[in-house]
Amino acid sequence: MNASPVILRTENLVRTLTTEALPVTLIRGASVDIRTHEFTAIKGPSGSGKSSLLYLLGLLDAPTSGRIFIDDFDITDYNQKRTAQIRLEQMGFVFQFHFLLPEFSSVENVMMPMRRLGKLNDREIRKRAIEKLDRLGLADHLDKLPSQLSGGQRQRVAIARALANDPRMIFADEPTGNLDSESSKTVQGILKDLAHQDGCAVVAVTHDPEFAKNCDRIITVVDGQIVS
Amino acid sequence: MRLLVFIALKHLLARKRQSLVSLMGIILGVAFFLGISSIMQGSEEDFIKRLVDNSPHITISDEYREPRIQPAEKVYQNSLVSIRNVTPLTETRGLRGYEKILNELRSTPGLLASPVLAGQGIITYAGQEKAITLSGMIPEEIDAVSTIRNYMVEGSLDRLFGNPDGILIGINLAKDLSLSLNDMIAVVAPSGDVKHFKILGIFKTGRGGYDRGQGFIHLKRAQTLFNKPNRINSILVKLDDPQLALSMSKDIENVIGYKAESWQEQSADLMNTLVIRNIIMYSVVSAVLIVAAFGIYNVISTVVMEKHRDIAILKSIGFQSEDIRRIFLIQGVLLGIAGNMVGIPMGIAMIKALSQIKFKPPGSSDIVYMPVSWGWEQFMIAASFALCASVLAAYLPARKGAQLMPVDVLRGGS
Ligand SMILES: Nc1ncnc2c1ncn2[C@@H]1O[C@H](COP(=O)(O)OP(=O)(O)OP(=O)(O)O)[C@@H](O)[C@H]1O
Ligand SMILES: [Mg+2]
Repeated sequence: MNASPVILRTENLVRTLTTEALPVTLIRGASVDIRTHEFTAIKGPSGSGKSSLLYLLGLLDAPTSGRIFIDDFDITDYNQKRTAQIRLEQMGFVFQFHFLLPEFSSVENVMMPMRRLGKLNDREIRKRAIEKLDRLGLADHLDKLPSQLSGGQRQRVAIARALANDPRMIFADEPTGNLDSESSKTVQGILKDLAHQDGCAVVAVTHDPEFAKNCDRIITVVDGQIVS
Repeated sequence: MRLLVFIALKHLLARKRQSLVSLMGIILGVAFFLGISSIMQGSEEDFIKRLVDNSPHITISDEYREPRIQPAEKVYQNSLVSIRNVTPLTETRGLRGYEKILNELRSTPGLLASPVLAGQGIITYAGQEKAITLSGMIPEEIDAVSTIRNYMVEGSLDRLFGNPDGILIGINLAKDLSLSLNDMIAVVAPSGDVKHFKILGIFKTGRGGYDRGQGFIHLKRAQTLFNKPNRINSILVKLDDPQLALSMSKDIENVIGYKAESWQEQSADLMNTLVIRNIIMYSVVSAVLIVAAFGIYNVISTVVMEKHRDIAILKSIGFQSEDIRRIFLIQGVLLGIAGNMVGIPMGIAMIKALSQIKFKPPGSSDIVYMPVSWGWEQFMIAASFALCASVLAAYLPARKGAQLMPVDVLRGGS
């Protein structure tokens, strides 16, 4: 497994929040390697900084100090425009509370990243979106709004959307956090397939020890530091 | 861009009621703007038309704009000569060589000119006396430079034609002195000469002072009455295109030397009043649209606030700050366009309705329609103002939305 290439690497990331009171340091010197074909879990006690680390890896947040490399390119100082482009082309996100756009149907939600990328025409985009939803067993729910779907279904739509532009990296923050064990198993299976079959780098934050056991590698965060 | 419009539209349609309320603001703003400006413009045009029709377009009078140069100043040029207490020579005033001037004017195309000798006279009748201005004119030419024919209520202008001892007077004077048609009146000139005239017509212009203090007689009679043979003191000019009056009057003045005043110059203070009226109107109507803009600001701010989550999602997907800003700006544009699309037809309907209103102006006996007037400029102003207001109102919330970082929402929301 260690033979697969490192796609995302960080050196000594520090993230300090400046609040009205005292500055809070969320992450204190995190250095990690994320590889393709690998299903990585981030675990740790509540409030330890798992989500914060994930946001830094996914370029949703900028570190106070430290460097981030993608394919050995230092992208730490990229502006919001360039990081947005990297997220669009190479990254997919799944959050705990299945963040779907409420006014748009399942298929429209999945089409959104492809339409923003604009490489295909509308017909092809729709066809591909249906394929992604079909893969997640949602072929019958294409035109439903998020409010008309169950929690597990919404989470799967969110995963389908994360896969829209065939990303090389997938970041998930407690994707099974509020799913029953049945749906949880399905989601875990899908993420694992994405790493092993599609060759993505999959990083998932989890509290669930069962989930963590399913992964290839576990990063443990305690009090803003990586302990193993 | 198409995608951004699609998202913007979805956002607005998701809160139909709020969008409609803010839309109403723009619609009403645009419609009122069109309605009010059409009355303002209509009444202004009506007013100017009356002004232009009822007064000569250019009046050439026996005055000079600059005082005449004193001979001493001519002799001692560039020297320290100061001349004070100049008393004008007593002379028979009037336009010199007016026949030549008239002939010259009459050879200009699109121009009608007629001479006038006006002076003060006192009318005495049944022991009462009234001072009036008597305009001596060539009766056959009155129609060319005056609209008095339209205001005749008794007798007629034509009766003056072959009748050198006739006079036309105003209705108020007739009432004051209990005069009626065909009565003979005596007119006393400043020199003391007395002449008798027969009332051949009575006019009513609606302007009280004019109807009380103005009379028309033959030019030749006026010249004898005022003892100014072969003199006139003004030439009235009518133009086919009244707008040329200003430049034409300058040309005339340059050629003949006498003062030539255009109608614009004569009613400069009235024209100023119209400008002020327009300024007031445009500020009031703009205020309506500014209030509408606040409505839009309100909706789009609310949308931005409620859409923090969606902004975070879109940004995590890979939308740039610029895309987010555009989504909300487009909402402003959409509201502006929709406001125009409903507001303009509504404004047209309002103009149509206004033009059907009949009323009786004070001091007039006829019922007239409300004067309305509209042109494409008005529609352009209304449409672009509404659009600009909408975009400006959307700009601030759009910028705020664009600045939002996904982590701000993710940290707070999950
Ligand atoms: N806006 C904020 N201001 C101050 N402190 C914050 C803020 N957001 C998060 N924190 C702190 O940062 C630390 C890390 O938060 P983070 O969400 O990364 O933890 P986590 O490991 O994901 O926790 P959980 O398992 O509960 O999701 C926490 O101690 C939290 O209190
Ligand atoms: Mg967390």
